[in-house]
Formats: sequence, C-alpha cells, structure tokens
Amino acid sequence: MNPLELCLLFSGLLFAVGLAGALARSNAILVLLGIELMLNSANLNFIAFWRYGPANAPATGVIFVIFSIAVTAAETAVGLALVIAIHRHQRGIRLQESTRLKG
Amino acid sequence: MNAILILTALGTIGTAIAAMAGRNLLHSVLLLALTWTGVAVFYLWAGAEFAAFAQVLVYVGAISMVVLFAVLLTRRSRDDAGSSPAAQGRALSAIIAAAAVAGVLLGAILCSPLATLPRPAPAVSVRQLGEELMGSYAPALLVVGVLLTVALIGAVVLAAGDRTGQPEDNP
Repeated sequence: MNPLELCLLFSGLLFAVGLAGALARSNAILVLLGIELMLNSANLNFIAFWRYGPANAPATGVIFVIFSIAVTAAETAVGLALVIAIHRHQRGIRLQESTRLKG
Repeated sequence: MNAILILTALGTIGTAIAAMAGRNLLHSVLLLALTWTGVAVFYLWAGAEFAAFAQVLVYVGAISMVVLFAVLLTRRSRDDAGSSPAAQGRALSAIIAAAAVAGVLLGAILCSPLATLPRPAPAVSVRQLGEELMGSYAPALLVVGVLLTVALIGAVVLAAGDRTGQPEDNP
C-alpha cells in the first residue's frame, strides 16, 4: 500500500478515536484530551503531506507542526485553567452538571 | 519501511482507544502520554526529527504533567461513572458518530488518487529551521509568542480565581 495512504489512514483513525472520546465522556479533562488527539491527527497529516506530497520548500511542514504544537499548548493551558475554575465553583467537573449558562 | 509505520500506528491507536475507554482517569492520562510518544515515533519515521523532539518536549513532558496535576487537583471520590443508562447511550451514539466520520474519511482517502513519488525525505537541519523561523516566518513567530503570553496569563488569572473578600486571605 502507498505510504501516504497509510499515514492518512493512521491520522483518520486517530481523529475518529479522539472524536469518540470527546463526545462520549462526561469528564471535562477527558473531553479536552480527546480534542488534543484530534489536533495531533491534524499534525500527522501535515507531516505526511510534507514527506510525500509534491516538492515544496523543505522546511514548510515542520514549521507548520511547530506552530500548531505551540497553539495547542496555549489551548491546553487555558482549558485546564477553565477546568480548575469550574471545579472550584461547582465541586466537580462532570459536564452534565455544568448548566449554569443554560437559558 | 511500511511495517514500522503500521506497528507505530497500531500501538498509537490502541493506546488512544484504551485511554478513551478506561475508567481510571490517571491511567487514561498515562496511556495518552504513550500515544503522544507514538506520534513522536511517527515523526521520527517520517524524517521530521525536530517535530519529534518538540512533540516529546511539549506533549510528553509538559502537557501530560499539567493534565496530571489537573486530574489530581480535581479528583473526587465519585469517579466518571460510565455505568448509568444515560452515559451508555451517550457512549453508543458517540461511537456511531465517530464511526461514521471514520468511514467518510477512510472512504475519501482510499478512493482518491494519491500518487506519491518515491523521493527521499526532505533534509531539513535545525539551522535551516531557525533561519526560516527568524526570516520569512518571523511575523508568525511573534504572533505565536504574543498568543502564548496572553493565553498563559489568562490561564493564571482563571485558575487563581476571585480571592478578594475572603476573610482567610486577610489575617
């Protein structure tokens, strides 16, 4: 099989696992980790197309991945701070109980 | 060559599934550290060494530790119970939705003509990366620096909370 296809199948399956986790779990931290998995699969796609796609500038894919990792780190920090704030306000991080903003 | 990729992919996806399906939150976080290591192994396999090192440093080193701290800080005796009927129904519908997405993605990948040329991995040195980052990508680098600063200050403000007016803070 084509190695590019294998890489894309890998990242597609990883995306599906992350999506299932983010939708199924009710713990806010696990939902955040599922989103992290989906972002990681996007990074896999960057590297796969950098390696096997049409020739371009040699450093493009790696630089994309570095920026993506930086943005993901910022997102995780804010997400975990929100989790801690929610935990302080309602003594728990189950998403079903976080209905304070419901209209 | 392909065998290493398939082994890495199977290990990574297996640990990800185990992490997402597990009951114990601590085990999930540690399994996800393994998943991120698997992604780093994939980067090494593809020839992007710097991305692999950044993945190990940021994900396996920093993010998993921060997530572990958050898990331990927000721990309760009543865990994320997955046995109630509502949770089971939600899990079932989530798996159906994810399987549908995976089917669409895999069908699109397998049906599209992806002709890859057998060419060597693009050799990119750290010096070259640094010159690119400081050269043509310098505005993006500045924006990412500002974003990280703002996000981390915001995270500190969110996590520190509103402590004014609490009597134990003013002894």
